[in-house]
Amino acid sequence: MPRVIQRVLPQLLTLAALMALVSVFFPDFLEITYSDGRLVGPVIDILKRGAPVALLAIGMTLVIATRGIDLSVGATMAICGACSAWAISAGYGLAGALGFAMLAGLAAGLWNGALVAVFGIQPIVATLILMTAGRGVAQLITEGRILTFNHEGLAFFGSGDILGVPMPTLIWVLLGVLVALLVRRTALGLLIEAIGINRRASTLAGINSRVLLIAVYMASGFCAAWAGIVATADIRGADANNSGLWLELDAILAVVIGGNSLLGGRFSIAASLLGAMIIQTIDTGILLAGFPSEFNLVIKAALVLVILVLQSPNLAPRFARIARRRRGTPAAGKLTTREAGE
Amino acid sequence: MLLTIRSLTKTFPGTRALDSVDFDLRAGEVHALLGENGAGKSTLIKCLTGAYQRDEGELTLDGAPISPQSTLEAQELGIGTVYQEVNLLPNLTVAENLTFGRQPTRFGMVDGRAMRRQAEEMLSGYGVDVDVRRDLGTYSVAIQQIVAIARAVTLSGKVLILDEPTASLDSREVAMLFDVVRSLREQGLGIIFISHFLDQVFEISDRVTVLRNGCRVATDDIAGLERLRLIEHMLGHELEDETREGRHAHVPSDPSERTLHFEGVGRRGLIEPFDLSVGRGEVIGLAGLLGSGRTESAEVLFGIKPTQTGTARDENGEIALRNPREAVAAGFGFAPEDRKTDGIVADLSVRENIALALQARRGWARPISRAEQNRLADHYIDRLDIRTSDAEKAVGDLSGGNQQKVVLARWLAMNPRFFILDEPTRGIDVGAHAEILRLIEEVTADGMSILVISSELDELVAVADRVIVVRDRRHVAQLTGAEVETDTIVRAIAAPDADSDEEAA
Repeated sequence: MPRVIQRVLPQLLTLAALMALVSVFFPDFLEITYSDGRLVGPVIDILKRGAPVALLAIGMTLVIATRGIDLSVGATMAICGACSAWAISAGYGLAGALGFAMLAGLAAGLWNGALVAVFGIQPIVATLILMTAGRGVAQLITEGRILTFNHEGLAFFGSGDILGVPMPTLIWVLLGVLVALLVRRTALGLLIEAIGINRRASTLAGINSRVLLIAVYMASGFCAAWAGIVATADIRGADANNSGLWLELDAILAVVIGGNSLLGGRFSIAASLLGAMIIQTIDTGILLAGFPSEFNLVIKAALVLVILVLQSPNLAPRFARIARRRRGTPAAGKLTTREAGE
Repeated sequence: MLLTIRSLTKTFPGTRALDSVDFDLRAGEVHALLGENGAGKSTLIKCLTGAYQRDEGELTLDGAPISPQSTLEAQELGIGTVYQEVNLLPNLTVAENLTFGRQPTRFGMVDGRAMRRQAEEMLSGYGVDVDVRRDLGTYSVAIQQIVAIARAVTLSGKVLILDEPTASLDSREVAMLFDVVRSLREQGLGIIFISHFLDQVFEISDRVTVLRNGCRVATDDIAGLERLRLIEHMLGHELEDETREGRHAHVPSDPSERTLHFEGVGRRGLIEPFDLSVGRGEVIGLAGLLGSGRTESAEVLFGIKPTQTGTARDENGEIALRNPREAVAAGFGFAPEDRKTDGIVADLSVRENIALALQARRGWARPISRAEQNRLADHYIDRLDIRTSDAEKAVGDLSGGNQQKVVLARWLAMNPRFFILDEPTRGIDVGAHAEILRLIEEVTADGMSILVISSELDELVAVADRVIVVRDRRHVAQLTGAEVETDTIVRAIAAPDADSDEEAA
């Protein structure tokens, strides 16, 4: 699929450059060993640690494609994590824990979607409500404490592995592939892009934009549920205050680094997932490079700034011009302004 | 000479948009700039206003060479532009729009009272009754247009460029706008007027320049210029349609054979309940002034504004029309008047735009295969002569006429039985205009029923089997057979309504 590769090429290059950069500071960065039946190494760690943001980014990509945004995913993570921990403690078993978490995620999405699509509230405001209220709901479920559990089955989703690959990694890759196939093998992707670009025209063309919008927010809630399950299973406890805290911002950032426009329309889930890995590489890389921890956030911000500036559409023609001048070839290539019209 | 352009050339990769074009503008004249879509009119204007940088050529204003680098600079030099889609801010008040960027201040704060006074001064002499404190968006396009002109004249004051200013105005509003243009001409402004409406060009212009394929074909005084010659200049070949007067036999369908019935459909504040029956292959025209209830009738019929009263039914029983989706499911199509905001999905490709309605009707789970989409796109690009480099080009990058054709293709791909066209030829060039009228004849021959809304009565006369006249949000008359003539329609629109009292009572 050369078109897909072409689409995610900037993200792949960025990721490669970052990995090279980290390797300079931490030469063993790319080393992967196989011990005790599991793969070990910084790269594996990134693929595992990046799971929550990657999962959130899948749903966020769809929401942003409709010209929306979902600020509530971090809080939804906390709710769903709390649900799974509560269900395990209450003896509903693994299926019950996963089921309750997924239901909670879908319900959160339904709430957001209804506010946006039925009541016409702007997405940033509509999801802000659950972002604020969600942690309260999660605290009610955990009764204000960290709800720990002792259940190997659930813990497996956070710390287990299959064929050496960590479960969280398998989950985000699998969900990403499933959702990507779902939107691209059906007409969903096209319809989502259409309502994101011009909702009115799409509705006039007969698209059920209301149902589609609700579905997209529910997808986001569903992804947040899995992020919550992974986070909760990893620490064997539901922390209503800290689970998924600020992760909605990382998820949005992942989508943006993935080259998806916040104005809606064309989207690429693969690019968003690469964006999530880029963020996690920065996070892990800073730790590995051994900088004092107080530098972490500043370095992260600087790297993100550089990435976004390099991807900026305002700069792209300029780079192209410089490249042309280097090569000394006459102006050719893509037109940056609208084509010579009437 | 107020403004001269000498051998202006502008190239884009792959196209020579302007090829050493000369153009003169005198003070106190209205100079029409004509040409088909893609002839180079917009490029010429953009070079003048600094939106594009020319490759070669000279511009002089009042004898001094100029080279505007931005629209702002052009404005300061004295060249103001008013576009078809008014580029003011509808959510600000009229006064704020008029004084935007140079609001009077008092102690560092905007002085609201002085701003209003200034705005009222700017608008005085335009003969419009506008409360400058209200949001611009609450006024009609015509008023917005005049506000934009007032702003451009005050800011610039030498050259005024009007780019398709009348495209969405009804005849009364056009007259109002032309009064403004005439008085500005008397004040000594040089006015460049771009329009597709030849009648208007003949009415208002002193001279006319025709562009074709980036070259200037002719510049003539309008007095003594024959309409036919002008169209020949524009099209570059002798136009048969214009002489042939593609007359159409007005054959309304036999009422007993009409299959689609709307009874008493209406919505309070929008359109009074009306009846409409449609026969297979029939073209019904909907005539009336802008705001009379033409578009509103279409919106009710297509479920955009659901009807509060009445029913729709066909031979199989009642049809639900609570939203566009149900209308599409019932086999209706609707090409809206404002194709930019309501029609095209700009960032999607031509192919995707064409497949959209069909895909929406099939549902998300049954995607149209890529091969089928390609086939559809190629078919309609060919059939409607959509000018695009390929099917993957974003629709937003096409010219207006071609965007309209894409919207038409989207619905034709779905093969609707009842197709509503709201101003299908608005703002598109003569060639595309004729093609669209021909297309209407073609598809109705295959049995599709069409409702055409148009301000151009000639157009209705050319295609419609019967014409319904709308006035003051009511369907007031139906003209059939020999009655379908421009004169009769005008009379019906203008006639004082004899039975309005009875109906109101």
